Amino acid sequence: MSSLFLPLLGGALIGVSASLLLLLNGRIAGISGIAGGLFGAASGDRGWRLSFLAGMLGGGLLLRFGWPGALGAPHVSGPGWLVAAGLLVGVGTRLGNGCTSGHGVCGISRGSRRSLVATLTFMAAAILTVFVVRHVLGGAT
Amino acid sequence: MKTLLSAGLCGVLFALGLGLGGMTQPEKVLAFLDVAGRWDPSLALVMLGAVGVHAVFLLRIRRRPAPVLAPRFAAPSQSKVDLSLVAGAALFGVGWGLVGYCPGPAFTSLATGGRDVLLFVGSMLAGMLLFGFWTRARASG
Repeated sequence: MSSLFLPLLGGALIGVSASLLLLLNGRIAGISGIAGGLFGAASGDRGWRLSFLAGMLGGGLLLRFGWPGALGAPHVSGPGWLVAAGLLVGVGTRLGNGCTSGHGVCGISRGSRRSLVATLTFMAAAILTVFVVRHVLGGAT
Repeated sequence: MKTLLSAGLCGVLFALGLGLGGMTQPEKVLAFLDVAGRWDPSLALVMLGAVGVHAVFLLRIRRRPAPVLAPRFAAPSQSKVDLSLVAGAALFGVGWGLVGYCPGPAFTSLATGGRDVLLFVGSMLAGMLLFGFWTRARASG
């Protein structure tokens, strides 16, 4: 039961957060867009971005001390994989203008065709990557 | 000031949603992506919950001429499906599948203080920064 309830509840909270950010600030809750905008031109636009990310860290701390099992850790064989994956995620989300939240949640919710294509693409790429790593190369990264 | 507070609150809610939903456990994310192995489909419910809630709120929010605390809604910058979108989403998907972190869960998991997540987020921000340099160099050259 809880295996179905918690993901739905977590998703609903994400939906409420995205709705509040749009209703109050007029902004789209795409995490890569919020973070990537820190490096953009408009410096007057950085405050709310830093505040949102600080809030995420605060939420992470609440989880860490309130429900320790919620925060896992990556299992990789070496730091090279973390650097490679981080760079791919950083460059890819900027080039593609969004990630799981911006395209997958906000974009799909408003019926954006662009976001639907992006979501299907990154899901397919991620599934293929896991398939190759686990079932072709036969291990973990 | 109010926009900073609201953004921070949304960040907290977003992180809690990710944590409750299971998105901050890379092992669970990889199991969700491992459709040929011991597939764990439960994370699909996170997206379902988020899109369901956000889509309903959007119907109301979209009727407003402006957000509560800001002069206007930020509009998504582009509308067409192009090569950048698909290539970027594909690169992001590969990175996501290698480690199991997308941007939101990675920021949230910084609260663990773990070296691996720090390395991932550092590389991700470096990737975003590099992409910013590259696009600006291309625009001016």
